[in-house]
Amino acid sequence: MAEHSHETMVDRAIDRSHMQVSDEIAIQITNMNKWYGSFHVLRDIDLTVNRGERIVICGPSGSGKSTLIRCINRLEEHQQGQIVVDGTELTSDLKNVDKVRSEVGMVFQHFNLFPHLTVLENCTLAPIWVRKEPKKEADQVAMEYLEKVKIPEQALKYPGQLSGGQQQRVAIARSLCMKPRIMLFDEPTSALDPEMIKEVLDTMISLAEEGMTMLVVTHEMGFARQVANRVIFMDQGQIVEQNEPEGFFNNPKSDRTQLFLSQILGH
Amino acid sequence: MTDTSFVRHDMLAEQAPPATSVGLLGWLRKNLFSGWVNTVLTVISLGLIAFVLAGLLPWVFQSVWVADSLSECREVMAATWGETHGHACWAVIRERWPQLMFGFYPSEMYWRPILAFVLLLTAVAPVLFPGAPRQLLYISAAYPFLMPWLLWGGTIWGPVLVAAGLAIGFFTHKYLEPLAGGLAALVAAVVAAVIWWLFLMGPISGVLDSVLPIGIESVVSRNFGGFMLSIMIGVVAIGVSLPIGIILALGRQSDLLIVKALCIGFIEFIRGVPLITLLFVASTLLNIFMPPGTNFDIILRVIIMVTLFASAYMAEVIRGGLAALPRGQYEGADSLGLDYWQAQRLIIMPQALKISIPGIVSTFIGVFKDTTLVSIIGLLDPLGLAQGIRANAEWNGVYWELFAFIAFLFFIFCFSMSRYSMYLERRLRTDHK
Ligand SMILES: Nc1ncnc2c1ncn2[C@@H]1O[C@H](COP(=O)(O)OP(=O)(O)OP(=O)(O)O)[C@@H](O)[C@H]1O
Ligand SMILES: [Mg+2]
Repeated sequence: MAEHSHETMVDRAIDRSHMQVSDEIAIQITNMNKWYGSFHVLRDIDLTVNRGERIVICGPSGSGKSTLIRCINRLEEHQQGQIVVDGTELTSDLKNVDKVRSEVGMVFQHFNLFPHLTVLENCTLAPIWVRKEPKKEADQVAMEYLEKVKIPEQALKYPGQLSGGQQQRVAIARSLCMKPRIMLFDEPTSALDPEMIKEVLDTMISLAEEGMTMLVVTHEMGFARQVANRVIFMDQGQIVEQNEPEGFFNNPKSDRTQLFLSQILGH
Repeated sequence: MTDTSFVRHDMLAEQAPPATSVGLLGWLRKNLFSGWVNTVLTVISLGLIAFVLAGLLPWVFQSVWVADSLSECREVMAATWGETHGHACWAVIRERWPQLMFGFYPSEMYWRPILAFVLLLTAVAPVLFPGAPRQLLYISAAYPFLMPWLLWGGTIWGPVLVAAGLAIGFFTHKYLEPLAGGLAALVAAVVAAVIWWLFLMGPISGVLDSVLPIGIESVVSRNFGGFMLSIMIGVVAIGVSLPIGIILALGRQSDLLIVKALCIGFIEFIRGVPLITLLFVASTLLNIFMPPGTNFDIILRVIIMVTLFASAYMAEVIRGGLAALPRGQYEGADSLGLDYWQAQRLIIMPQALKISIPGIVSTFIGVFKDTTLVSIIGLLDPLGLAQGIRANAEWNGVYWELFAFIAFLFFIFCFSMSRYSMYLERRLRTDHK
């Protein structure tokens, strides 16, 4: 798998001109802790993400990667510490939660498209009901994004009629239609066959090129090398190591990271 | 080596399939005579069907349609076919069918229930079929107020003021929400509407009626009966139990402890008690709790009980549908910023209800058939009337004919519902698996 992603990455030169990181803070997590019952799943997480940053999070199964990024749009509730997204602190105040959710897009491993709606309806649902956009406008915007993910011709089909890779691209387009300032990806390619991984990664790369702030949980190390400006390694609910990709892959500091990398890169 | 290699040079032309595999012959062969076990079963089944039909068909079709009493029926039978008993006396249906349809509803006003029924069909059409003209939805909206007025009659101000109560609730909510917040506004709206219905509506209706008396002659509940009664109870229970069931199912899944406890308590209590018991409560006990002097219509009480009963079952059926939805659907909706009610209305319920269609329609059919239980507390539904007709000197001894007729009509309704549910499932199928 890792080998494959190397292959897919090198065939395209990446335009880094837009990918500048600003000083503005997009996400600030301080001293955050979370428990599932008595199980301490996230421990003392401190993380600052600047606008335009592309962060890849990796780590062994069960290390809390999904839980961490799901806390950022409060699909999971944290119990201690502070999460501030785009200047809005996540508390039990539902107004804040809905505000953050409409600013933060999320792409899931299993797409989570709505099977009873067409591709186009999937994309226009939130703009129409949350942003109160007129249907015509929403349709137009949705078609633009479907074009961008290269499946405008599927707009009137149902998700069940598409391949996995196409479904995931629809899911990305659906998130983009809300014009989010931050995108979260939770293993977006893990449920896909190898030949479909590339099309999804390509879509994500072009997003990165436009300067989108992205947090990506993935095992696609090729993607991390090429696109990320920071790689975070998690284990047992903690951030164990973070570095820019070159340093992270060529010169991992902690033993855990070395072990993990040796397993995932298949040496 | 060369043995395994093969190249086709001339392509084979298309040929017609063998005659034994297509058409009627092919179908028979495949479905009825595919092997000796199947063949034996086919022959036995055909024999059985023939035996039953040989008894049934003469009974149904060699029958007497014109007679004034059972004894006259028997005379005609004896004169035509000799002293056999295998003939139906449909004369009883012919003579009593207005009663079986309308009970003791005044015959010069039959047009009212008939109009109500026709309007019912037009009101449900746009709800059931997307091809029906959308304008009919106005009839659907007006129907809940129109139907009771047509059947019970009385002043037009009754239904108008009941509808006004809804408007009062709506505007209370609309104007209070910015001031007091969603929940307070909702509570205030409900309280305002209930106060209107219970205390203000009656006197105001009286005043309006004396100023502008528009209305039709009223008919008392005692005279309601027959299929009109069954359909009325069934339709209201079916129409109201679905939304209540949805609310109960959502309440049962709620994080709010009190709401959840109330919903579970209600559902489990109602499901744990036989419908008959609830009907007895409706017919006798409920009056004890009512302030003396209030006249709470018996049919209304029965409708409420049947509806509550159906709602509890509906809630559980829908809960099954909710449980079948993957958690990802909730997360997908949440991550897009939809609020709880939007997510329920746009994402969760359309799918949960679709999954639950077979269960929902089963519950509907069950409720419709259960309306016959009201005969036990003395309401004159078709079964209650059948009892009465047989107690009559002329028709004493008629048995099968009445029940066959009632069963036939119920079957038409229930079978239609069943077919509709299959049509709906096909129409809503989007998974294309
Ligand atoms: N709803 C839950 N209730 C209790 N424990 C949970 C729940 N969700 C996750 N966990 C546990 O929390 C830990 C972290 O889970 P998480 O899904 O964040 O891991 P992950 O790093 O994303 O793993 P993977 O790579 O397998 O997706 C795991 O041990 C998991 O068993
Ligand atoms: Mg995960």
